[in-house]
This record gives sequence, structure tokens and C-alpha cells, in this order.
Amino acid sequence: MLELTPKTVSERSALRINPCKTCQPVGALYAALGVHKCMPHSHGSQGCVSYHRTLLTRHFKEPAIASSSSFTEGASVFGGGSNLRAAVKNIFDVYDPDIIAVHTTCLSETIGDDLNAYILEMTIPDGKVVVHTNTPSYAGSHVTGYANMLAGFIRYLADPGTEKNGKTAIFPGFVNPGDIRECNRLLGMLNLSVIMFPDQSGVMDAPMTNVYAMYPEGGTTIDEIRALGGCERVLALGHLTCEEPAEELKKKCKIPYTLLPLPIGVAATDAFVMAAAEASENIPKEIEEERGRLLDLMLDANPYFHDKKVAVYGDPDTVIGLTSFALELGMTPRYVITGTPGEAFTRHVNALLEKFGVADCTVKAAADLFELHQWIKNGPVDLLIGTSYGKQIAKAEDIPLVRAGFPILDRYGHSYMPIVGYQGAIRLAEMIAGALMDRQDRDCADEDMEVVM
Amino acid sequence: MDVKAEILGHYNAKVFKNRKDHILKIEEGEEAEISANTRAIPGIMTNRGCCYAGCKGVVIGPIRDAVTITHGPIGCGFYSWGTRRNKARPGEDGKNFIQYCFSTDMQEPDIVFGGDKKLRQAIKEAMEIFHPKTIFICSTCPVGLIGDDIHAVAAEAEKEYGISCTSFSCEGYKGVSQSAGHHIANNGLMKRVIGTGGDAPSAKFSLNLLGEYNIGGDGWEVERILKRIGYEIVSIFTGDGSVADISRAHTANLNLVQCHRSINYVAEMMKTAYGINWLKVNFIGIDPICGSLRDIARYFGDEKLAQRTEEVIAEEKAAIAGDMAFFKTRLDGKTAALFVGGSRSHHYQSLLRDLGVSTVLAGYEFAHRDDYEGRDVIPEIKEDADSKNIEELHVEKDEKRYRAFLNAERYEELKRTIGLEDYKGMIHDMPDGSYVVDDLNHFETEAFTRLLNPDIFFSGVKDKYVLQKGGTLSRQLHSYDYSGPYAGFKGAVIFGRDLVMGLYAPAWGMVTPPWKLTRAAAGGTTDA
Repeated sequence: MLELTPKTVSERSALRINPCKTCQPVGALYAALGVHKCMPHSHGSQGCVSYHRTLLTRHFKEPAIASSSSFTEGASVFGGGSNLRAAVKNIFDVYDPDIIAVHTTCLSETIGDDLNAYILEMTIPDGKVVVHTNTPSYAGSHVTGYANMLAGFIRYLADPGTEKNGKTAIFPGFVNPGDIRECNRLLGMLNLSVIMFPDQSGVMDAPMTNVYAMYPEGGTTIDEIRALGGCERVLALGHLTCEEPAEELKKKCKIPYTLLPLPIGVAATDAFVMAAAEASENIPKEIEEERGRLLDLMLDANPYFHDKKVAVYGDPDTVIGLTSFALELGMTPRYVITGTPGEAFTRHVNALLEKFGVADCTVKAAADLFELHQWIKNGPVDLLIGTSYGKQIAKAEDIPLVRAGFPILDRYGHSYMPIVGYQGAIRLAEMIAGALMDRQDRDCADEDMEVVM
Repeated sequence: MDVKAEILGHYNAKVFKNRKDHILKIEEGEEAEISANTRAIPGIMTNRGCCYAGCKGVVIGPIRDAVTITHGPIGCGFYSWGTRRNKARPGEDGKNFIQYCFSTDMQEPDIVFGGDKKLRQAIKEAMEIFHPKTIFICSTCPVGLIGDDIHAVAAEAEKEYGISCTSFSCEGYKGVSQSAGHHIANNGLMKRVIGTGGDAPSAKFSLNLLGEYNIGGDGWEVERILKRIGYEIVSIFTGDGSVADISRAHTANLNLVQCHRSINYVAEMMKTAYGINWLKVNFIGIDPICGSLRDIARYFGDEKLAQRTEEVIAEEKAAIAGDMAFFKTRLDGKTAALFVGGSRSHHYQSLLRDLGVSTVLAGYEFAHRDDYEGRDVIPEIKEDADSKNIEELHVEKDEKRYRAFLNAERYEELKRTIGLEDYKGMIHDMPDGSYVVDDLNHFETEAFTRLLNPDIFFSGVKDKYVLQKGGTLSRQLHSYDYSGPYAGFKGAVIFGRDLVMGLYAPAWGMVTPPWKLTRAAAGGTTDA
């Protein structure tokens, strides 16, 4: 496995090998699937959306619907306006969504298609909506695309004139339906009235019923997106994912926002719960008990976490959260990378490392899994935490892997389960301890095999 | 009920006009003509991919001993990384690059100021780290639009590093599906790889296996059978294939064509240039496997070979007879729909027949009319604006290396008896009353499933959960649901096992909660 990867690290400025990111449109597509009765639409060649639907389907093991402008060479030369008009008509005729969320591709961006003008000029059936965002694949990553799509919905729909509704808007970040359910559960325990935007729960984890629904019951409704303009405040989870949409809503509707890390691990979940509750006395005993159970587990299993060297890779906010929790468990991050560009990532991670007094950790944005592998060859770790693409490194170097983040293509059920909140942390702690303890059992001499650990 | 009319009735005028010629019911004695390889309709959820997917994803990507650099933004390279199950083991040189994804990860400045500089640097870095003998470059949409001269960069790299470097202008917007990419890849292999590997003659009974991508290990199973009989496999296009082998393909004495759509160009061009005959084969399903093996033996016209072929067939059939008979008892009378790329929808129908399963619908994602109607139709196919943009490579006879294995008389005889250099197409083998649908879309998948109610729907992952959510078993026929091989004798058993496993999964019977079942049903079996 990966036998051709040399130990010697060489400087690369052009060749990306084994990326730890993908392109903007797939993030935009995922964001749009979190809107009720929405058809995500890719303005480009149909190959893009075929790849994106495939990737999302493989991660969630669920249908991921989306349409395409199906550019051919002609459209690439003369512009994609007529393709988009035809697409919008056909989509409403055949698939009858309430809203079409268009995102661009490197193709339509390179030729400079003006989506604003196209949408302004086209005929849209009464009561139906078409929105768009720009997602050039040659900038940022799928995380950027996710953020851009949210901003696009807000630009088109959030209504500054809407009545004040006293609600808190929650931007949950690029997470699984299981995470959104967990956020909603915590918020329910806090009796908080919220608009979750977007909300892929009930869409990308729809139940098996023997009846396929193209538009499952979940998703943020168009009315809810409009009502974002009347919310009291926004809790935007994920500094590097949700600032852009939060800023957009602030600009358009003057709604203040609080930017928080993804609630992964103790401190980040504490911050989320406290921000959501506003006043400490609002936090119910049940939440405190959940937190207590998490802390109990962390202390009970501490010897197995202590000083274990770990490499964390994936999307920026997820990686920041996982690193934070690894530190809370007493582990030692050695390599922390994301493929998404942006130095804010390294600042956030370095601040965490400093807080826990961990030196000698390589932190890098716009990194790839090839260099991570090379670093590991030079300074090994005890555990990998990240996406499925790390399994090659795990096999090559014989390191246990705990899967968390996006994409996870080789497991079932993971997207139902949270990694956020105290419950999510309990799950992570159990997975991490299990992986490390299995490894100890596998590697130890027979006489050292412990039945009780 | 007129199923076709029922489905078309849901469309607006424009979509109706387009789709009506892509849907066909097989009627006894009627001429079957279908529209294919035309543009997908914007907004109608097609399963098709793009030119890049056909070139890099299908044909070039599986070649294990080359560094294949995707020149473009990161997505295209990422999505085609380790996702197609084209298995490969390192060859004698120890090189196996298919676990790796190489991309120039183009950024905005590269789009604005040109990406050729970055490509040049990426090649330099690939050379320094991996020292490959061959580099392939596959371009993505923006590359063609901004006009990066990847061919010039490739030529420079050859000079500078003394390697073979071939570039493919397979921008996603070219053509109407993956099919354009297959053609572009075929052209590149013909121009730049085949015939470059020396002329040391291969054994008398030597073969190239064309259009076999070793999904789930299919190619290895086919190789196992052919080697048992005594054939030398010179090269495989391209599953577990290598530049080293493909460069010697011109020394083989017969080309076997498995996936007609993706590789027939190479077969035809090698015939013109080197005189190598080709034979359409099918290693899926017991009758086609046996038929193909006998045809190959007849081509070589050697008695001992024919005898050995019969021995192997008898042994292999005997080894799986018990399992196949058992699976048939569980599957007999079931019906299937198949919607896959450009060959499998045809190939799997016989394997299904072996198991007692009949086909009610079959379609191709990116086929041309000849894949449906047979090669006789080729002269009738009109060129359109999209196909004109794909280079039709005209090769010349290679006077030095052209070898006719057959004399004229034998050639004519074999054309008649074993269908040498012919393919009769899928429709030829389809039962009356079944449907053929080209470029089946999301709406039609749902509608046909409702109207024809197949027990199993073979398709890709984008459809799989749509179908299963609706209560119909779906198996991925692109990736075999991470199982396989399905080819060959051993593959047939695995296929049968997987179908039985899928259809009889206990969970199907539990989908409806007991409190929702009627009293009678609750006492008995289930409503699945």
C-alpha cells in the first residue's frame, strides 16, 4: 500500500498528491439538500454533478438528487444561458421542487456566465424560487462551496422586512444529519426556539418505508429562510465555515451573530450550550448530567488516551474540533492538517496547542495526505482521526484509524450518529479508546493479554 | 397499458420530442431503431458523466505504471481517485500508481494567467519523487477554455526527462457523455503507446484483452481461465494494465473485445495498422463464456487447443454446477432491469438467464446506436455537431509490422461462423415485450420501476438508494456493490450468491412495522 511514497519529504509547489479536499460545488450541493423541496442545480457539464451526487451518495448511503445544465462544447463557447433556462423549465415541469438552488462550476465561471442576469431574465413559475451562488472550483474547497451556497440562499431569500420572531438561527456547519439531530436535541432541552439552516436531517438520513420520496420531510423551508431576517440572533458553528453566511445575514438583515467552534469535545460544547442558553440558570440538569457522563468516561479511560500521538486531518472546523477533543483527552496531536486553504486554520489550531502546552506539532492548511504520510514515516503516530482516504496510510503504516468527518465512504450508519455535543464526544471517546485498546490487544504478547482493562 | 406512452405523457413538448426516440419496446418482427449518443437534456437528471470521466476515469486511470496527472481544479482528480474498483497489483517494476491521485489543483491565478507553468512544474515534481517512465496528462474543463497547450508541455517533458508523456484533451464539456472520453483515450493509446514496445513476437495463441477494466477483479478471473487453456495474454486494456504491456499489444494474434463501446476504436485501428483481427467476446454468463472460449479456439484453428478448451469448460462448469443450480431455485421467475454504461446491460442478461431471471428493461448510459442495434447500423449513423468535435483518427497500415494471421478464405469463413469483427448489439438478444431505454433518467427510473415492477434493478450508486427506498432491490453493476468478480465461472457464483443475499435479506420483511400490518398479514409472512 502506497509503496511508492518516499520517506524523504520534498518541496512541492504544483503537484497535489492525494488531496484532503475537493471542489466547491459538492459543498454547495450538500448545503442545498438541507433545504426542503429544493433541487440543487449544477451549472456546468453534467460530469460535475454526476461526481458530486456519487460522492454524497457514497458518504450518506442515501439518494442525493441534483440536476445539471449539461453543457456541451457549444454552450461552453456561447454561454450557458439557454441551457439554464431549459433546465429550470424542465426541472419545475418534471421534478416539481419549490426551489432550485443553482451553483456554478469551473466551466461556467471560466467563461464568465452571469447567473444574476440569467435568473433575473428567466420565467419562473408563480410561487417557485430560483437562487444561485458562485462556486468556482479553482478557489477554496467544498467547505467554501457550502458556505457560499448558504450565503446565496440568504442573499435571495432572507427578508429584512419580516416580523421579529424571537428565534435563534443556528448554522450547524458542514456536518452529518446525526450531528444536526444532536444539536436540535440539545437546543430542545434548552427550550430554545430555533431555525436550523440548513438541515439535512430527515433528508440525508430519511427512513426506509418502501416509498421513495424525492423530497423527504426534512430540510429548512423557504419560509424559514425568509424568516432568518426576523431572528434575534445567529449562532454560527464553525469559524471557518459559517462566518460568510452569518456576515451575509448581518449585512442584509442586521442580525447579530456569534461565531463558535463546531461543538466537538467538552469546551466547544460548553461554549455552544452556554451561548444557546444565554443564562446559566437556563441549562437543565439533564445536560449537566450528560456532560458529567462524558467527563466520567474521559477520566475512567484516561490511561489509554494519555500522551497517545495522533494525526488529525479533514475539513478545517471538524479538524479544529477533533484536535480540541484529542487534547482534552490527554492525547498529543503531532500532525493537524486540512486541505482547505486559509491560514486562519493554523491560527486556531496553534492557539489550542498552546493552551494545552503541546509543542512539536505540525499544523498546515492547504496540505495533502501525501505529505501527511511522509511526515508520519519520519515521526510515527499512534492513531489517525479523519476521513476514509486516510485508510491507505493507516494500512501502509499499520496505524489504527478512527473515522470522523467528510467523506466517509467505507462505513455504514456513521452519518446517523453525532460527533457534536456531549453525546457526540462520548461516541468519539468510545471509538478512540476502542481503536487504541484493540491495537494493544493485537500487539501484546499472549502473557500480557488483559481480559480486564 | 402502454408503458412508454404513460411515461412520455409526463413530459413537456420539448422533452417528449427528445425522449420518445430513446425509449423502445421490443416487438416481435419489428425493426428496432433507437436514438442514442445525443445530448442530455438540461435539467433532466441523467446518470451520465463527462468526457474526462470516460478518458481518465475509465480508460487511462487503470493503467498502473503511469503517473496520470489531472490538469485542473482539484475536484475531477479527487472524484476519480480510488472510486471505480479497477484493481491492480504492482508489476515487475514494482510500480502501482493507481492508489494515488495526482492533480495540478489549479487556483484562480492559474485560470487567469494560464496553467501550463504549473503543469510543467507538476511534471518536474512527479519526476523527482516517482521517476515514472510514463506520464499521462488529462485535462479538465477550464484547461480547454483558457487554452493551455498541454500537448506542448508533454512534448517538452519527453525531451527534458527522456520519458513518454502523453496528453489527453478530454475536457468535460466535449461530446455528450463519457463516450467522447473513451474515444480520445483510444486515440492517444493508439498514437502514443501501442507499437512502441518492441517487436519480440508473442506466442502463437496470444491475445489482447480489450475493454476489460478489472472491476472487482473481473479481469483476473478471465485471465485465469484463458491461461488455463493455454493462451498468452499480451496486454489488457486497461484493468491492471500497464504501458509496458500495452506498448507490445501489436504483437498479439487476436484482440478480444469485452466492452465494445469504450474500446472498439482501438480494435478497429489495430486491425488497420497491424492486421490484428478482433473478436467480440463476453465473459459474463455461462453460455457466453463457453461460446467465447470456443470461438477463440476456432479462430486459432488448432485441434489440441479446441480439446483443451472443452476440458476446461467441462471442469469449470462442473465446479460451479451445484451452486448455480441452488441459486436458480431461489431466483427462478424473478425479473430484472439493467441500466449501466455501454456493455454490461447486455452482458448480464445471459448470466441472469442462467439464474432464471428474465430482463424487462435494459438501457445504456452512453452507448451509441451500434451497441444497441449492432455494427451493421454504423454506416447509417449521422455525425452531429458534438461527435464531429471528437477526432476520428485515421491510421495507416504499418507496412513493417502488419501481419495477417488468417488467409482471406479463413477470414471470410470466421466472419460467418464466429462473427469475427462484428457485434450484433444488445437488442438482438432481448426478449419480446421488454423495453430498451437509452440514457434512462431519474424520473424514468422511478416510473418504469413502478410500471414494470422488476424484482431487481441493476444500476449505479446514484440510483441505488432511490430504488431501495422504494422497496426494490438494487445492485450496483458499475462497482458490484464492493463485491465481485462477477465475470467468468467463479464470478457467476458470486453474482448468484449476491442476488440471493440481496433478495432474501431478512430486513425487507420488517420494513413495515407490525402495528401497520393487517391482522391477517401480521399473522403470516410480510408485505415485502
